[in-house]
Amino acid sequence: MSKLASERSVQTDPQALLTTMIRIRRLEERCAALYSAGAIRGFLHLCVGEEAVAAGVLDALGPDDAVVSTYREHGHALARGIPMAALLAEMFGRTTGCSHGRGGSMHLFDAARRFYGGNAIVAGGIPLATGLALADRYRDRPWVTACLFGDGAVAEGEFHESLNLAALWRLPVVFCCENNRYAMGTALERSHAETDLALRAGSYGLRAWAVDGMDAVAVREATALAVDTARTGAGPCFLELRTYRFRAHSMYDADRYRDRAEIDEWKDRDPIDRLATLLTDEGLLGAGGRAALEAAADAEIDEAVAVAEAGPIEPVEDLTRHVTTEVPA
Amino acid sequence: MTVTAAGSATRTLTFRDAFGEGLREALAADDRVFLMGEDVGRYGGCFGVSQGLLDEFGPERVRDTPLSESAFVGAGIGAALGGTRPIVEIMTVNFALLALDQIVNTAATLRHMSGGQLNVPLVIRIPTGPGRQLAAQHSHTLEGWFAHVPGLRVVTPATVTDARGMLASALADPDPVLVFEQIALYGASGDLPVTAGPVDLDRAAIRRPGHDVTVVGYGGSLAPALAAAEQLAAGGVSAEVVDLRTLRPLDSATVLESVARTHRLVVVDNAWRSGGPTAEVVARVAEQALDELDAAIERVAAAEVPLPYPRHLEEAALPSADRVVAAARRALA
Repeated sequence: MSKLASERSVQTDPQALLTTMIRIRRLEERCAALYSAGAIRGFLHLCVGEEAVAAGVLDALGPDDAVVSTYREHGHALARGIPMAALLAEMFGRTTGCSHGRGGSMHLFDAARRFYGGNAIVAGGIPLATGLALADRYRDRPWVTACLFGDGAVAEGEFHESLNLAALWRLPVVFCCENNRYAMGTALERSHAETDLALRAGSYGLRAWAVDGMDAVAVREATALAVDTARTGAGPCFLELRTYRFRAHSMYDADRYRDRAEIDEWKDRDPIDRLATLLTDEGLLGAGGRAALEAAADAEIDEAVAVAEAGPIEPVEDLTRHVTTEVPA
Repeated sequence: MTVTAAGSATRTLTFRDAFGEGLREALAADDRVFLMGEDVGRYGGCFGVSQGLLDEFGPERVRDTPLSESAFVGAGIGAALGGTRPIVEIMTVNFALLALDQIVNTAATLRHMSGGQLNVPLVIRIPTGPGRQLAAQHSHTLEGWFAHVPGLRVVTPATVTDARGMLASALADPDPVLVFEQIALYGASGDLPVTAGPVDLDRAAIRRPGHDVTVVGYGGSLAPALAAAEQLAAGGVSAEVVDLRTLRPLDSATVLESVARTHRLVVVDNAWRSGGPTAEVVARVAEQALDELDAAIERVAAAEVPLPYPRHLEEAALPSADRVVAAARRALA
């Protein structure tokens, strides 16, 4: 029996994970170009290098499960199924964007897909996710909330308050710490005395473990286990997904705080190269298969950019909309 | 129960009981509603407002939380998104600052950031205000900080009728509502019409009609405003007392109409003068009704000092009926 087939739960589809990761990376690279060209403004945080987290975590959720994310959420949003055109239109500030153009890159929302942002206060989404899970528990619904955040959030009080509350009330939430080792420019070991984040999370009375965040299959399977655990009422789980971003924190970041050697070392573990190689070795990805996936992603992006660019901007007369409930006149 | 000369039946109850009845009614009326906060359950509420509710409704619906203001307020926001109707109590307004991130960055912004896809039907009850010698970390009047923020509704019940009815109205609002309860009023009593129900949250109220001077207060400053009007009446001055009731959205029309009748304005505020909620009232009158004024606007507000513990200093720091009377007389001089 092949290595993949023996170690993988039946639901995991590695080809689908590869496709998702390639779509994310190509989209992010296009976003960088669009930012340099001035088509996207504000802050732009890309997840190149971290695609295995987005692909693996989101693939393990059902359509009724909820997702709470951060400002580095393009990959999560895409993997959740939000159309590329809606994501790009949002970054272009068009009304056809997934947040009607009001949010931009850091605030991607899609209520129908239970994608609750796009939260740009570090750790600010963690209480929110805890509350979504509380509502599901309260209403006796078999849904789970996946809460994605970075290692920087672990230094915030809201993280610790929320893990305690979620564990105390055994809420169905999976805390997914996308540990890329840097809180903006501050390395993990420069801001935490204890850098084993799973160890610390486990002290709150929930199941916590570390996962190779550069391995999409491993992320997918760990998340599936955590989601199953939470769904069956055994309480929350914490996953420390150890990953790395290949690009700078944001487009403003000159990236002076990381060694080139360190970046290269992590690039040798590129999650896309790794899964593509594995699939090729297993005979599941033919010659030219990856190039074909990349070409398909590029074609999808080309079309999405065109659709997004054609979207309307909001009239200035609507400036003060979306603040409180609009009562029909 | 008593029946007034006008024939309307009333009963007398404390603000504490009025708020508590509102909670009991809300929990009984809608199973999506639950209450959570520090010591709201087994303890019965720091000020006794939720006494008995845990026994009546059980621990799923009356939830004691850890001392984690940011987490349980944020959880209230998330639970509201998830189709429930949470009522979150923060023990005092100074503690609410520990949840400011969730209130300002999340509750107030989700609708907007999502382009109108999401709304947050969350009610946050916050005991507030001075008057009990609770010193500099339990006595402040910070309602105006929250009223600064678009996306929030801020209400300040100052009568028993509003204390009884504002919760139901707040729960009917699809957006976040902050209900500020005056700590000093919990033990005070007032008359409640037996027919009282949900109340309007959009309009200020004229608590005492008059024609010589407009006196504006809200929450904890309504009482000195009304007491001053009583004293002024004894001297032949007819003061009109406006209770703002809601600080956001602010009903300036009621104030402007009153000023158009009296041509004089005194504002009374337990918050500090600099940047307090009544500073906004003054600004709007200056913008929109300057020509109506026959005298400079008078402000009676808290002294610019953290509230001190000794009673005589706390009293000296706050508006009193005498200070309001003196201000009104200056305006009328």
